[in-house]
Amino acid sequence: MADEVVLLDTWASMFGMRIRIALAEKGVKYEYKEEDLRNKSPLLLQMNPVHKKIPVLIHNGKPICESAIILQYIDEVWNHNPQLMPSDPYERAQARFWIDYIDKKVYDTWRKMWLSSGEEHETWKKEFISIFKQLEETLGDKPFFGGDMFGFVDVGLIPFYSWFYTYETYGNFKMDTECPKLVAWAKRCMEREAVSKTLPDEKKVYAYIDGIKKALFSK
Amino acid sequence: MADEVVLIDSWASPFGMRVRIALAEKGINYEYKEEDLWNKSPLFLQMNPVHKKVPVLINKGKPICESLIVVEYIDEVWFHTNPLLPSDPYQRAEARFWADYVDKKIYDAGRKILTTSKAEEREVGKKELIEALKLLEEQLGDKTYFGRDGFGFLDIAIVPFYTWFKSYETFGTFSVQSECPKLIAWAKRCLQKESVAKSLPDQHTVNEFVADRRKKLGIE
Repeated sequence: MADEVVLLDTWASMFGMRIRIALAEKGVKYEYKEEDLRNKSPLLLQMNPVHKKIPVLIHNGKPICESAIILQYIDEVWNHNPQLMPSDPYERAQARFWIDYIDKKVYDTWRKMWLSSGEEHETWKKEFISIFKQLEETLGDKPFFGGDMFGFVDVGLIPFYSWFYTYETYGNFKMDTECPKLVAWAKRCMEREAVSKTLPDEKKVYAYIDGIKKALFSK
Repeated sequence: MADEVVLIDSWASPFGMRVRIALAEKGINYEYKEEDLWNKSPLFLQMNPVHKKVPVLINKGKPICESLIVVEYIDEVWFHTNPLLPSDPYQRAEARFWADYVDKKIYDAGRKILTTSKAEEREVGKKELIEALKLLEEQLGDKTYFGRDGFGFLDIAIVPFYTWFKSYETFGTFSVQSECPKLIAWAKRCLQKESVAKSLPDQHTVNEFVADRRKKLGIE
C-alpha cells in the first residue's frame, strides 16, 4: 500500500522548510499544499484545530503538527538512512535541547528586533546576535551540529539561513562578521541537494518580509 | 554498578515533579538537590548555563535540561522498565504534541492569574487556563489515563499542575472541579500511584508558598 503524504506549508516558513528538507533527505514523495495564512484553508483548520499553524504533515489522513515533532516522526517512520536523530540517548537529549532553544529564542527575538526602533531595537539586536553566537559556540569545530553527520539540529537550524539577509538588513549587521563559523556551516549544509533545493532565495524572503512590514506600518 | 543520577530541582516546580515521577516509575535511585532559585548554586549555573532553570538531571556527570527532554532521556536510558512513551510513532507524536501544548499554555496562563494585581489580566489568564484544561479533558475522553497503554508520558507531563490547582482556583476565583470534573478524577487516579504520590507536594503547601510569594512581591 502506497503512503499518502501531504504537507501543508508556506514557502517562506523556516519551520516548513525543516519538513521539506527531512522528506527530501529520506526520499519520501509527498504532495505540497501552499497555505495562505490570511485565508486558512478548511483542511488546515481541520488538521490543526489547536494552533491553526503550518507546517502540518498529513500521513495517510492523520495529521502531525509542530515541526520538531514532525521531524522526529519522519525519522521514526522512515527509519532508513540518513538517520536524523543520533542513536545515543545523551546525544538525542542534546539535539532536542538545541532545537528547543532555537524554537524558544530565534523567532520571537527576531520579531522584537524587526518591529522595534531606536534603543529598544538595539537591545533586541544584541540579544538576537547573542543567540546565534551561542549556537556557533555549540557547533564548535564540528562540521555539523550532529558531529560528522548532517542531522536533526542541522535540519532545524539551516532554514534560518534563507532569512539571514533579512536579519542583516533589518538589524544592520553582517552574520559572517558576527558568526563566521556558523556561516561556513550553513554553506556546508547548502552543498546538500535536499537543502539547496528547499531553501528559497534570500532576496525573495526579504522582499516578502519588507512587504509585510510596509503593510503593517501603513495602517 | 549504580549509575550516578542527581536531580537539581525545586520542590514546588511542576517541571521538576515530572522528572521525579519518571525516576520513580523506573525505580531509579538518585540524589535530590533542592535549589534556591533566588540564590542559584555554582553547580546549577554550571549545569544549565543557557536557561538557568530547574529541573536539571545529571547522569554520570553530564547534564540534561528541559523537563520533557529529561523524561524522554530517562525513558530511553532505562528502557527495560515501564515504558513511558508509546512505541507507535503516531501515538508518540500525539503524546509529544499535547505535552508541548501543556508547556505552551498551562504555566503561562497560570502565571497570569498568580502574578498580577490587575483584575483584567487575571481574567485573561483564567479564561486561557480553563480553555486549555477543557481541551486536555477532551483529549482524555473516557480513558483511565492519557496514555492509551496506561499511565505514561502525557500523564507525567500534566499531573504536576494538579498541585497548583488550588492556587489557580484561589486567586482566579473558579473551581477546576466544576469546569473539568473528569480531569480532577484522572488526577486523583494518578495520585493513587506510588510514583506520583511520593513526587507531588500537597496542594495546600504549594498554595501557602504562592500566597507567601505574592505577599513578598506586593501582589494583591
